[in-house]
Amino acid sequence: MGIIDVNGIVKKYGEKTALDNVSFSVEKGEIFGLIGPDGAGKTTLFRILATLLLPDAGKASVEGHDTVTDFAAIRRSIGYMPGHFSLYQDLSVRENLEFFATIFGTTVEANYDNIKEIYSQLEPFGDRRAGALSGGMKQKLALCCALVHKPSVLFLDEPTTGVDAVSRKEFWNILYRIRSGGVTILVSTPYMDEASLCDRIALIQQGAIFETGTPAGIVSEYPYGLLAVKGKPVYPLLQFLRTCDGVVNCFSFGSECHAAIDSSVTGCSRLQRELSGAGFRNFSVREITPGVEDCFLQLSIRKRDGMR
Amino acid sequence: MREFRSFVTKEFRHIFRDRRTVLIVLIMPVVQIVLFGFAISTEINNARVDIVGDLSDPSVRRIVTRIDNNGYLNIGKVYKNTADIDGRFRKGKADVAVCFENEFDDKLNSLGTASIRIIGDGSDPNSAQMIVNYVTGVINDEQGDIDVAWSGTGPSGSSTPAVKYMYNPGMLSSYNFVPGVMGLILMLICSMMTAVSIVKEKETGTMELLLVSPLKPVWIIVSKMIPYFTLSAVNLATILLLSRFVMHVPLRGSLLLLVFISLTFIVASLAIGLLISVISSTQKTALLISGMGLTMPTMIFSGIIFPCESMPSILQYVSDIIPAKWYIIMMKKIMIEGVGFGYMVKEYIILLAMTAFLLFVSTRLFKNRL
Repeated sequence: MGIIDVNGIVKKYGEKTALDNVSFSVEKGEIFGLIGPDGAGKTTLFRILATLLLPDAGKASVEGHDTVTDFAAIRRSIGYMPGHFSLYQDLSVRENLEFFATIFGTTVEANYDNIKEIYSQLEPFGDRRAGALSGGMKQKLALCCALVHKPSVLFLDEPTTGVDAVSRKEFWNILYRIRSGGVTILVSTPYMDEASLCDRIALIQQGAIFETGTPAGIVSEYPYGLLAVKGKPVYPLLQFLRTCDGVVNCFSFGSECHAAIDSSVTGCSRLQRELSGAGFRNFSVREITPGVEDCFLQLSIRKRDGMR
Repeated sequence: MREFRSFVTKEFRHIFRDRRTVLIVLIMPVVQIVLFGFAISTEINNARVDIVGDLSDPSVRRIVTRIDNNGYLNIGKVYKNTADIDGRFRKGKADVAVCFENEFDDKLNSLGTASIRIIGDGSDPNSAQMIVNYVTGVINDEQGDIDVAWSGTGPSGSSTPAVKYMYNPGMLSSYNFVPGVMGLILMLICSMMTAVSIVKEKETGTMELLLVSPLKPVWIIVSKMIPYFTLSAVNLATILLLSRFVMHVPLRGSLLLLVFISLTFIVASLAIGLLISVISSTQKTALLISGMGLTMPTMIFSGIIFPCESMPSILQYVSDIIPAKWYIIMMKKIMIEGVGFGYMVKEYIILLAMTAFLLFVSTRLFKNRL
């Protein structure tokens, strides 16, 4: 029995299925990441767990309280940070924080230790309207507001979306420190590179979870060899790689192409020869270890093919 | 209790930090009163009366002088030919023409009868009718004098009704619209503002956070209502002061009763606002619903502009479900007639029942989830 238990949750919006039989469990004191692209159903799942939506089927519980029948108990003990900035833009930083502290029946002073670290960065802007803060600052303020009543479970829906790389890193450091206080954190993100920062992750797409485990565990199950091919022009290169013998699939990752290969058929040197033969110049091929994104793409292809 | 106080403080901050809201809430009653008071007046002032006839005729001159002396009527142009009337009306230079037949005085004295024709500009039937009534009144007065003069000292057998408008002898339209505007403004401020402020929280997503908090939905509702309740009370005071000292509308009944009934009406309006906020998901929808679905029917059906009694019976039933109608009736009774609560028990019970119903339905429909 975990702190958060999700059991066969189904949620439909009219004809559209937003969540299709979702199940997972989160242990106490871990950072559990819900990884998936936009529209995968992450926000819907968060709202069900935060008792804001009713599931059409299945059961979910937070700290043993059912999200449907015992929602009042859950509302007292969780901190929730919605995906979009949801504070009062016309209130100042301090007023926002004080308001959210008060409606949870506490004060900023009483829980200052809990938020000190983040709030100290915001304090110079205490009198500034929340609407006039930068993106990163807004997210920090929202986190402060979600933390100010010392919740034991924290739901963070895409907390780093639209935040610059430096602030994101900082944000994760903050999460680690919150976790060290025994708080269970459920976080969602569309950024695959953040997946490896979580203790455990669930990969979700089109309302269904197709893999749950530690980031390392998921990566270790990657069934193919992986080559990163860099060269120009990118699109013809991608097209050509897909026709090569032994290449299972190939996707572009920024300026590179990641080619999943059957190592018994092809390899680094063979691919180099083939590329030269096809007239590509100034390219490089190197072997790499797969990341969570490679796994995600691989698994989503397998799922799609499985469905056919 | 601390939660509640902090919530109310927050609401007041929202209001006072948004200049537009402050402007709408505090200035609108003043603008409306002034607008209705001076621009949209249904009274007749300085109607222009053209005379067609011979001014050298003594009887004609006597009647013309009488018309000229009337405060509401002014003599326009005097000419001889009825064919010119059309041109004057078309150019908008005259509102009514009084035509005397030729040798008016001679015929009156020798035959004992002479004819006058009053021609009104029917393109604006309402004012035409009122102006014609005024002119007829003046001529009737003259008729009475002639009767007395001819039959000697005492009054003759003919009787002319003496019309007196009780409570509002001057027929001032401000007596009608001030209670009307009170109903309209309170309805607008309470309903529209409450609806918009709740829907705004839905739109920005802050409602999500409020619902996730341990705060009970009923407290969210009450905290949302209190600031607008206060503002409405301020508006009520503004309107009363304006109507008393600028419009000179009397307050003949009890102020306490007036305030008591107004507060009931304000609660009804707040409940309507809540209801609108439940069914709309964006501020635009809320504004449209309260604008088209609330203000318009209130203006049309509450008797401010069109008297309910002259509506087709179906529309009269529609007007019965408008809370503002009952409120306005009571306000008129208190302010103009100066009667006590005993004369408006029926209206008050209807308003109270509506309030209770609206409050019950809207709090029931207010969801504690998304």
